[in-house]
Amino acid sequence: MTVTDSGDSGAGAKRPSRLFKNLAGKIAAIPMMFTAVVVFIGCTLWTIYHSFTKSRLLPAPEKWVGLDNYERLWSENRWLISIENLAIYGICSLILSLTIGFVLAALLDRKIRFENTIRTIILYPFALSFVVTGLVWQWILNPALGLQNVVRNWGWDSFTFDPINNAEIVIYGILIAGIWQGSGFVMVLLLAGMRGIDEDVWKASRVEGIPAWKTYLFIVIPMMRPVFVTALVIISAGIIKVYDLVVAQTSGGPGIASEVPAKYVIEKMFLSQNLGLGFAASTMMLLSVLVVLIPWAYLEFGGKKNG
Amino acid sequence: MANSVEIRNLDLSFGSVEVLKDLNLDIAEGEFLVLLGSSGCGKSTLLNCIAGLLEVTDGQIFIKGKNVTWAEPSERGIGMVFQSYALYPQMTVKGNLSFGLKNAKVPKAEIEERVARAAEILQIEPLLNRKPGALSGGQRQRVAIGRALVRDVNVFLFDEPLSNLDAKLRVDLRVELKRLHNQLNNTMIYVTHDQVEAMTLADRIAVMKSGKIMQLGSPDEIYNKPKNLYVADFIGSPSMNFLEGQLEGGTFKKGGVVLPMTGYQYVNPLQVTDRPVTIGIRPEHVVTGELAAKAPVQSEVTVDLVEPMGSDTLVWSTFEGNSFRFRMDGQAPVTNGDTIKIGIDPAKGSLFDTSSEDRL
Amino acid sequence: MADASVNAMTGPSGPKPKRVFSSTNIIIYGTLLVVCLYYLLPLYIMIVTSLKGMPEIRLGNIFSPPVEITTEPWVKAWSEACTGVNCDGLSRGFWNSVAILVPSVVLSIAIASVNGYALANWKFKGSEVFFTILIFGAFIPYQVMIYPIVILLRESGDGITSFIRLFNSDAPNFRLMGSVWGLVIVHTIFGMPILTLLFRNYFTSVPEELFKAARVDGAGFWGIYFQIMLPMSLPIFVVAMILQVTGIWNDFLFGVIYTKPETYPMTVQLNNIVNSVQGVKEYNVNMAATLLTGLVPLIIYFASGKLFVRGIAAGAVKG
Repeated sequence: MTVTDSGDSGAGAKRPSRLFKNLAGKIAAIPMMFTAVVVFIGCTLWTIYHSFTKSRLLPAPEKWVGLDNYERLWSENRWLISIENLAIYGICSLILSLTIGFVLAALLDRKIRFENTIRTIILYPFALSFVVTGLVWQWILNPALGLQNVVRNWGWDSFTFDPINNAEIVIYGILIAGIWQGSGFVMVLLLAGMRGIDEDVWKASRVEGIPAWKTYLFIVIPMMRPVFVTALVIISAGIIKVYDLVVAQTSGGPGIASEVPAKYVIEKMFLSQNLGLGFAASTMMLLSVLVVLIPWAYLEFGGKKNG
Repeated sequence: MANSVEIRNLDLSFGSVEVLKDLNLDIAEGEFLVLLGSSGCGKSTLLNCIAGLLEVTDGQIFIKGKNVTWAEPSERGIGMVFQSYALYPQMTVKGNLSFGLKNAKVPKAEIEERVARAAEILQIEPLLNRKPGALSGGQRQRVAIGRALVRDVNVFLFDEPLSNLDAKLRVDLRVELKRLHNQLNNTMIYVTHDQVEAMTLADRIAVMKSGKIMQLGSPDEIYNKPKNLYVADFIGSPSMNFLEGQLEGGTFKKGGVVLPMTGYQYVNPLQVTDRPVTIGIRPEHVVTGELAAKAPVQSEVTVDLVEPMGSDTLVWSTFEGNSFRFRMDGQAPVTNGDTIKIGIDPAKGSLFDTSSEDRL
Repeated sequence: MADASVNAMTGPSGPKPKRVFSSTNIIIYGTLLVVCLYYLLPLYIMIVTSLKGMPEIRLGNIFSPPVEITTEPWVKAWSEACTGVNCDGLSRGFWNSVAILVPSVVLSIAIASVNGYALANWKFKGSEVFFTILIFGAFIPYQVMIYPIVILLRESGDGITSFIRLFNSDAPNFRLMGSVWGLVIVHTIFGMPILTLLFRNYFTSVPEELFKAARVDGAGFWGIYFQIMLPMSLPIFVVAMILQVTGIWNDFLFGVIYTKPETYPMTVQLNNIVNSVQGVKEYNVNMAATLLTGLVPLIIYFASGKLFVRGIAAGAVKG
């Protein structure tokens, strides 16, 4: 035995300080820490705080007005229309994109030929900007020269489909464009989830003579629950952000019939110089995201810790 | 002889989970030490602590008399070989071998020289310009060993290096490793869960369980004189037969079985008193046929199941209400239901105190 | 036994004949054909409209192919179309977008890949907490953070200006707000959650032993990153690039908020051209302009194939 109790005599054995341990890793993570703390948390709290102040052209942190901004917000017709539009657009787009996405995924999952080509075609709108999508559909739905005109020329003279100029249905015109752009993405998500299911499930259901549609409905869909939940959260977060599509396709018109909250916020902040109202409206947007996000996070992460 | 690696009161915990507890181990210069145990016993953790890849919670590690407890892995004078080879996929074999030397700013000429020497020892010269992807499993493992070799270090650490290879290759490389050790005479610390590897390679084996060393000894000691029930059960395949009974006046008794322990070497002959004991008998120490008649204890058992393995046959039977296995010649004509005469030499068995599980 | 052999002579043998036109197949392929037509229709309409002259558009059918192909709308969209008083076409927006795109993509990927690498291999106390905040932050509507970021950019621009003036009192104002660099920072920040997740998951999947081997070989944080990790993760860098190029090119909101009219990206300029209220609507020029704007992401999409799918699925399907 040569050395036994010469504790820290060895060379190269300086105990590194706790703070400087893994220093490079900590330095490298500075942008991430900055983004997480300063931007995501800091800026959010800043906005929430200022939504309770009488900020007009400039933020006025000293003029505390309590819930005034919120009261004004909820009494403003334009905001109410925005919320209604978001609700209609959101519910329809969730249902439609999940249904269409699932049916398409199931069809592509049937070991068909040209799968790659078909997937490429269905997904390409997703690569485009919302501005491009909005403008194309604005043109297709042009009442004088677009789809309506074509159908009338075919001999159906009374055919009317004019969402761009009809305040009652304008949000559905935007919905068509939104679905066109987004359903391919949902399909890809669900297809990936479907492919992740054990092949043996299909073998078992074939041996037991269960028809394909029943297998999808009663076995595959329940097994895909996590993927559906993920898709739901991502689509919902996207819906609340809808902005460019509306700006490009209808500019919120006719009148204010197709306003949405995201557009409302931007206009209050940068055009009509009513920051307080803009902050209040954006806080409401955040709240609606939390309504989706918190139960999801609870299911996803809260459950795991217990299990 | 000087110790190459010394581990003093080593503790390691992840949060509240204690993985290593107050562990002490001295490894002599040039020794081949195998850390053996089932998964989760802490053997790989111990190796990673020696390598400096895990920070210890308490205790000290010395390599060549130098306290390296807080030193970086590259400063410890070790080379390490991993189970998954861990070759850098985008570098050639030569690049893999020289990467560590370049980091240590070794002069170019010397790098060339050391790489050439390692390549020669391991016979991988023709592969030097290939990428790992173009190598077979055995060749990759050789390169991985070479990477430790070029570092010119005193201590080699092996983390289950043969586990990813197929059975035949594993045997070949095992022999080569032993040859390498004879040639280089470095200290080698080798982690495995395979007891055949442990028995064939080791100068000494440390059998580990839940972060503690259960027994440290030569393969012969471990096999023939297991220090406790755990080691006895763990070593040997098929594992030992155990009978629980009473020690009465130097004789093991259980129901109708009486095994006189004459000739048995007690650990501490003066402290042997009557008590509940467990006797362990290795399946290969049970004799049959003509030899049975010459054995000190004889009995008859009925065959429950036969597992022919070619070179020999494993027979499952019931002896005094316990499942009892023994080996027979591979050519022996046995079938289920046969009655066979067996002979046992209790002195070759192992006696354990049933309550403390320690060897008597 | 005899029965079996008789059956063997007459019964089914060899591969089961497949019916190509089974009713299931007709339904599946029929549906898919209709679906594909629906998805392709807008692209087709964009192309045919952009190749027609205005008289033909006014008289004809939106679906009909051009009788007389003209490239004039394309030329006009690129170099003559007006936004307000400016009449130099989309080309300015295109070059603005390129000027925004290149530094944004490089910076965001550089930072996120190092972040992901630190999170996967060099965890420190609290690193997972920051990462969790980052991921949840991705769901916060941009509208909540937009205004404070305006202030941050303005203030740090002023801060940098006064710092520079310490050394050179005549230095011009340095602006982040309204400049390309401000927008680059914003894109880097908002691209960080998804990219960090992408890289972290990828680097976590690299065997840990490789990392350990490199440490035994004496490589440090940057040595392992540049010499070991970077060379073996080129595919994931390509995925990240596709994700960022399409995402940043398609951005509209940040472009509107954080740049000035002279530096507007292509999407903003496109919207201003098409939705401008002045003058007669030239649908063919509008569609040419729209198509031009969509061209960059479309080319990337069709060229990258499966990598694009991998990119968009990366954050969603947990690894």
